[in-house]
Amino acid sequence: MTDTFTPPTRFAVPGRIAVSNGTAGHWQTATLTEIRRETPRAATFRFAVPAWAGHLPGQHLMLRLTAADGYTAQRHYSIASAPDDSGHIELTLDHVEGGEVSGWFHTEARPGDRVEVRGPLSGFFAWPADRAALLVGAGSGVVPLMSMVRHHRASGLSVPVRLLVSARSPEELIYAREYGAETTPVFTRAAPRGVPVGRMTAAHVAPLLDAAPPGGWEAYVCGSNAFAEHASRLLVAAGQPVDRIRIERFG
Amino acid sequence: MNVTRGFTGRPRVDNPGLPPGQYDTGDDWPVLSAEVTPDLAPADWTFRVDGLVEAPRTWDWEQAHALPASAYEGDIHCVTSWSKFGVRFGGVSLDAFLEQVRPLPAATHAVAYAHTGYTTNLPLADLTGGRAWIAWEYDGRPLPPEHGGPARLLVPHLYFWKSAKWIAGIRLLDHDEPGFWEQNGYHARGNPWEEQRYSGD
Repeated sequence: MTDTFTPPTRFAVPGRIAVSNGTAGHWQTATLTEIRRETPRAATFRFAVPAWAGHLPGQHLMLRLTAADGYTAQRHYSIASAPDDSGHIELTLDHVEGGEVSGWFHTEARPGDRVEVRGPLSGFFAWPADRAALLVGAGSGVVPLMSMVRHHRASGLSVPVRLLVSARSPEELIYAREYGAETTPVFTRAAPRGVPVGRMTAAHVAPLLDAAPPGGWEAYVCGSNAFAEHASRLLVAAGQPVDRIRIERFG
Repeated sequence: MNVTRGFTGRPRVDNPGLPPGQYDTGDDWPVLSAEVTPDLAPADWTFRVDGLVEAPRTWDWEQAHALPASAYEGDIHCVTSWSKFGVRFGGVSLDAFLEQVRPLPAATHAVAYAHTGYTTNLPLADLTGGRAWIAWEYDGRPLPPEHGGPARLLVPHLYFWKSAKWIAGIRLLDHDEPGFWEQNGYHARGNPWEEQRYSGD
């Protein structure tokens, strides 16, 4: 053997989260119980999954639809609901143009319908609520972040949480009614009177890093790849360490 | 079979190249990486092969490019269920690197590691025999940073999380050592044709 070299790890490696590999291993039936419209393009689908093993905010699942001829389609979706013991989980889905699975949800699905899920999956983006969290999302990228905000609220946690969320307009801001003082919305196309219009900039990020709690932020970025690239670069430029940024890219 | 009421799916075209549970992503090439895309210039890129080899070695950009060029034309498959058909990567076969370091008989597995610290494990047999590349071109152009440029590992017969972006090295071992996603519930090998997605599949 000779000397070996491994580069220093420069991203947020998990290790503080115990992820059960067993729960991802099998499909279970999820029964649709409720559909709530969030925006013209997005709706929340609530499911009863009686044997759901629980999840951490930020985790996702795999969902499978089966046609009569046996054809299946499966997709990964972030879990929107906070962990609780109700045997229910919620997903918020955009209606993707030509989307095979999201199209079924937005045009066909009704309470009582059954689909299959397996999960929760991947501890990487999960937030165990043990560190101050700076959440940065755009569009439906806010879904796993909202699971964190809801968990924070429902559990009455004191660890600081801030959410920076970008949407095209107030009408397209998912969960708009639920946000509180922890949230700063950024509007890229149309905004309420007196609120500037434009993409997320250093001016949005810097004040949050300047006001970082002792020990700093754990940053969670979620959105399209273009947004994730942009937002993660803003965070790095503002001084957030790269090994404390977790990124979940949608497509 | 748990038929979903009202779900018909897309019109089916018989595509023998599509592994079970996958769909054709067409012209899209989704980016899936946990890291902030690193600023890694070709001049700063190095690639090392060590561990259970006779002659461990590090190549820089020019030295790696001096090896015989080798291309991959075919399909790639991501565990998140998209497949991409007819992609073209250019680079060097991993065999050319291994030939120079001479793996020891005891070597059975490998850990590939990235310049970001990302790791993934592979049986050595999945990296030899013209089945793995160090790739720096996509469609005749430099590989974009978000897709792993300047250079990534390419193991197209396995799910794409095995094809480590920003590849920094490969260490040969006499045992299997789970990498980043494998420690987080993903399958140790990741064969798309057997739907080896998660641990236990």
